[in-house]
Amino acid sequence: MKARRDIFQAIADPTRRAIITLIALQAMTPNAIAEHFDTSRQAVSKHLQILTECELVTQSQKGREIYYQLEVNKMKEIDKWLEQFRKIWETRFNQLDNLLETIKKQKK
Amino acid sequence: MNSTLKFDFEVNKDNNTIVVKREFAANLELVWRAWTTAELLDQWWGPEPCKAETKSMDFREGGHWLYCMVIPPSLTGAETDQRNWGKQNFKKIVLHKSFSGTDVFCDENGTVNPEFPAGNFENQFNETDGKTTVTMISKHNSFEDIQAVIEMGFKEGIEVSFNQLDELFK
Repeated sequence: MKARRDIFQAIADPTRRAIITLIALQAMTPNAIAEHFDTSRQAVSKHLQILTECELVTQSQKGREIYYQLEVNKMKEIDKWLEQFRKIWETRFNQLDNLLETIKKQKK
Repeated sequence: MNSTLKFDFEVNKDNNTIVVKREFAANLELVWRAWTTAELLDQWWGPEPCKAETKSMDFREGGHWLYCMVIPPSLTGAETDQRNWGKQNFKKIVLHKSFSGTDVFCDENGTVNPEFPAGNFENQFNETDGKTTVTMISKHNSFEDIQAVIEMGFKEGIEVSFNQLDELFK
């Protein structure tokens, strides 16, 4: 697989998913985020960096502190992607419905 | 569109599984046949306007289904049909109850394409009051694998518009 930076890579890791859940409620500083995890601060920074590269979180400066917040619209892309997958299966299943009906009628 | 039949769809990111559950208005024997017979699979497995074409089907433990998804130029912008080959290897079959195995992408000779991830699938069949529920459990090694598989599916079906669907079910 090619290396890539997209939203699916972002959510492929459990720690990153936990970070997303955490900052969905409110923007947080890296220190405040790190307090919620057993991993090192560097590890959390690395995750934040990946999330930023995937444009799933953005930074903003408030005074001396940097805050990370969730890009809600980017999260919606994931929903959209799953919805399309669902649609493919819906199409298939509707076709199968029709086929089953046809076979049932032929039997009669 | 059939809105009275139950349809559940769930992607579980913690154990990398996709579970799709759907009810069909037919008895188990018929639904089982539609999922395990090449002539019938070819009539519904390809999401319009794509078509599934079976090259070989040997529905027994250790056997496989080799088929291609024919994608028309209207979806790809290419001059001719595009053919994506896939293979289901059957590992365990319990008649009228379930069948499971692996799902791989391959070429027309069935040679596996290692670029795309293999997945494990299990399809379960249950009949209640003359309706049959099929539960498809698809398990992958990583979330990236799920993503790759879904992206493959995309190419086949992303362009299916609601208009085409309406046309189909008139």
